[in-house]
Amino acid sequence: MGVLTKQELGYLEENLQRKANEIEQDIVGAEWSEHCSYKSSKKFLRLLPTKGKRLVLGPGYDAGVIDVGDGFVLTVHIESHNHPSAVEPFGGAATGVGGVIRDIMSMGTRPIAVLDALRFAPITGKNKAAAKSKWLFKNVVRGIADYGNCIGIPTVGGEIEFDPSFDDYCLVDVASIGFGRKEDIVKNQADAGDVIVLAGGSTGRDGIHGASFASKALEAENRSAVQIPDPFLEKLLLEATMEAVKQGCIKGIKDLGGGGLSCCLSETSDNLGKGFDVELTKMHVKEKGMSPNELMISESQERMLYVTDKTRLLVLQSILDKYEIRHSMLGVVKEHKDLVVRYDGNVVAEMPSHLVAHAPLADWAVKRPAYLHKLRSVKPPRQPANYSKALLSLLSNPTIASKRWVYQQYDHEVGVRTVVKPGEGDAAVLRLDNGKFIAIKLDGNSKHCYLDPYQGTLGCLSEGCRNVICTGAEPVGIVDHLQFANPENPEIYWTFTQAINAIIDYCKFMDIPVVGGKVSFYNETDKGPIKPSPVMGTLGIVESVQYITHPALSPGDSIFVVGNSAPEMGGSEYYEYVHGITGGTVPKVDLRVDRQNGSAVLGLIKGGIVTCVHDCAKGGLAVALTEMAIAGSTGFKIDLDAIPNSCRRLDDLLFSESHSRYIIGTKEPMKVRKALSSAKVIFAEIGNAASTIDFVKGKKKMIKLTLRQLQASFDSLGKVMQ
Amino acid sequence: MAKIGIAVFPGSNCDRDVHHVLNNVIGIQADFIWHTKDRISGYDAMIIPGGFAFGDRLRAGIIAAHSPIIQEVKRMAKDSTPVIGICNGFQILVESGLLPGALMMNDSLRFVCRWTEVEVKNNKTPFTSQFALRETFGIPIAHGEGRYMADSGILKELKKKNQIVLQYANDDPNGSSDLIAAICNEEGNVMGMMPHPERASESILAAGVKNNAITIFRSLVSNLNQKAIA
Repeated sequence: MGVLTKQELGYLEENLQRKANEIEQDIVGAEWSEHCSYKSSKKFLRLLPTKGKRLVLGPGYDAGVIDVGDGFVLTVHIESHNHPSAVEPFGGAATGVGGVIRDIMSMGTRPIAVLDALRFAPITGKNKAAAKSKWLFKNVVRGIADYGNCIGIPTVGGEIEFDPSFDDYCLVDVASIGFGRKEDIVKNQADAGDVIVLAGGSTGRDGIHGASFASKALEAENRSAVQIPDPFLEKLLLEATMEAVKQGCIKGIKDLGGGGLSCCLSETSDNLGKGFDVELTKMHVKEKGMSPNELMISESQERMLYVTDKTRLLVLQSILDKYEIRHSMLGVVKEHKDLVVRYDGNVVAEMPSHLVAHAPLADWAVKRPAYLHKLRSVKPPRQPANYSKALLSLLSNPTIASKRWVYQQYDHEVGVRTVVKPGEGDAAVLRLDNGKFIAIKLDGNSKHCYLDPYQGTLGCLSEGCRNVICTGAEPVGIVDHLQFANPENPEIYWTFTQAINAIIDYCKFMDIPVVGGKVSFYNETDKGPIKPSPVMGTLGIVESVQYITHPALSPGDSIFVVGNSAPEMGGSEYYEYVHGITGGTVPKVDLRVDRQNGSAVLGLIKGGIVTCVHDCAKGGLAVALTEMAIAGSTGFKIDLDAIPNSCRRLDDLLFSESHSRYIIGTKEPMKVRKALSSAKVIFAEIGNAASTIDFVKGKKKMIKLTLRQLQASFDSLGKVMQ
Repeated sequence: MAKIGIAVFPGSNCDRDVHHVLNNVIGIQADFIWHTKDRISGYDAMIIPGGFAFGDRLRAGIIAAHSPIIQEVKRMAKDSTPVIGICNGFQILVESGLLPGALMMNDSLRFVCRWTEVEVKNNKTPFTSQFALRETFGIPIAHGEGRYMADSGILKELKKKNQIVLQYANDDPNGSSDLIAAICNEEGNVMGMMPHPERASESILAAGVKNNAITIFRSLVSNLNQKAIA
């Protein structure tokens, strides 16, 4: 299977000053796949702001490292496993979790949490597409649960979106957070004579060409490219790695993921600035008769590469033996800078590691998609005759409805760190060992990003920051996962560059660094490309336990809104889910307002004068308020005329997804009013807690519902999945 | 001072949590003991923590039940040493024959992680002596195979000999016979429970819930200390 293009082969030949043999071509083919090389994105990723006061290591390593004080660090990484999950959802999702966990381990830190962002086609309705989507959804969740639960790392949060552009496909993004001591971060420095050890799963024929498979549109169901998960083995590797780090026997470390040994060896050798000389017949294998090519590109799971000093080798071996982990002495570190691969003593590949690890960058054309203009203006829907019904319909929309059916399958408490658990807050909050807390959330919005990739991406970033602020945290870092279809299509590549611009603009303005990320292209099937789907992970630090805040409304609360509601209905759940309309103007982020509103709200939280805070996002004000009511088992009465807005229609006001808005409950309305006035933000007191749910305009109740009605609609996902 | 041993198997994953609660919250010395250890001395109680010992291969708990450390635990149990198995630890105690019955796949056929409430049915064990009888408290569960099953003969015996220690209250999370959440042996010194007391022993992890689960560890420690004085 030739995976290199003609130009790439030429480039390779020119640099080697000879023709590459078949094995060399396979090695380079794996490493130069889009998945491993970032050849279509690298030059843009370099533009992202990656410096920050807390940042120890930015993107480029397996995971970004954030200093949280007192000698402790957090590591964070995000990955996707879209192609494999679309073919074999259980195994694909499970191995996705495994891969990102190994990235965190590779830093020398212990993974303390997993989050996942999932995207599927709609699951409601009796058609074939919905049935397939349900099957994917069910098994992806099971795969994540099975792996995370077994290995004992809590799955603490995430998000799920349903959209027809994911028909016959799915996006499975997994992020993981690690925690450890700064001095334990693996330095990745090696010397000639050091030993290269391959440990963990035996290498077999599973996952052959996985990286290349993931670097093309999904045409055929190539099951042999999907790897087989073994969380138990990964748990052993985790404990052994942690012990080896503590015992000082690791000079270099790298997990084996996409591209197998080819990528692992070339990237590690290049990072260390040293040569590697390896002997493939030393490897422990699943089956006899594997060719050197297969050994080099197999993506068998749960494998780690360690570089250790000769004098520490025995200690490392005794640790691996304790956990009964199979391992092989694969080779030695050399003073030269080449990757030398031997089979039975004969050199079968020999290339400069730097050449292998750096694919020639692709240069694709960009063109503003034609559809954008067409979709800019659409005919607005007829105003609903019954607003209560519209609200209940939105609450039962699987994108908005409670994800309890999902997160109760995940062990989200193991590790005794999860303070704000799934379903309890706008972001997950975990305690750290120094009295501080980490808040984390993943956010995406394919519907907004389709209609306006720049504003849509800004919106995801704004939403992420709002989410962590609502828990009482200050945003300190972003991880981005950029998912698009074929970059060779100029219209698609344009959407990618727009997302990049948005991240640069937002992060620079807010002074929040990008601490890590991943790009995934070629997300398309014969039914078409996916909508642009950047997913943003936002990390925040809660400095003190008394700042931790929940969205649960309580009796006696006065309710405030911060921010303006504008008629920006494009890509809203109200247009898309309730009316089936795709088009219109998406919500715009005003960076200055976004920052001002965020810091005003965080000020209220730190001042201790609010009882609950919630962000306004999918489904708008009406949904946000009802979520607060459900969380606190407390109703409310809202005066619709009091809400600051520029809407001409009531449905726009209720369901607009304008950014930078927060809802606040307080027992001290005077103090809140005073604080928000002096912060010079748009705000208003719009109602108070009550026993039922009433939205009132003048004397007329536009929406009148009971808590029980809300609950029934909000809890409908379990029924859909039965 | 009394000392507690925590059995650690390949795949145990609540061992560190139990260790944290005992050492840092309760303030009693608790040490990890690797599963290959075939001679244990100097420990006054043993905890078999939750997780996926040996990856639940063959059947949850079955491989661990044949490990060297469990042979020692059996000897200690016979000598009246308190032994508590939590979640996967309960499965191991059942598979090793220290407790009767079996733990089957939840009736929902799905893993379930959430909070529930349990009621104390027997406060004469070393793990529940500081509870009031019929006291209820909040505690989380996290298991795929937590449905306690036993034939009617065993269930009758369990009731007769007061071996049902905890029952799910106003809740049926997994379809267990008689809503059983924890049982003990006839002597009362070996208890297995599906819920996780170590996850409910600090108020910060249990916002808004009546979390007296820590009383399980407090009861144990108070019993060990009394024994030490006697």
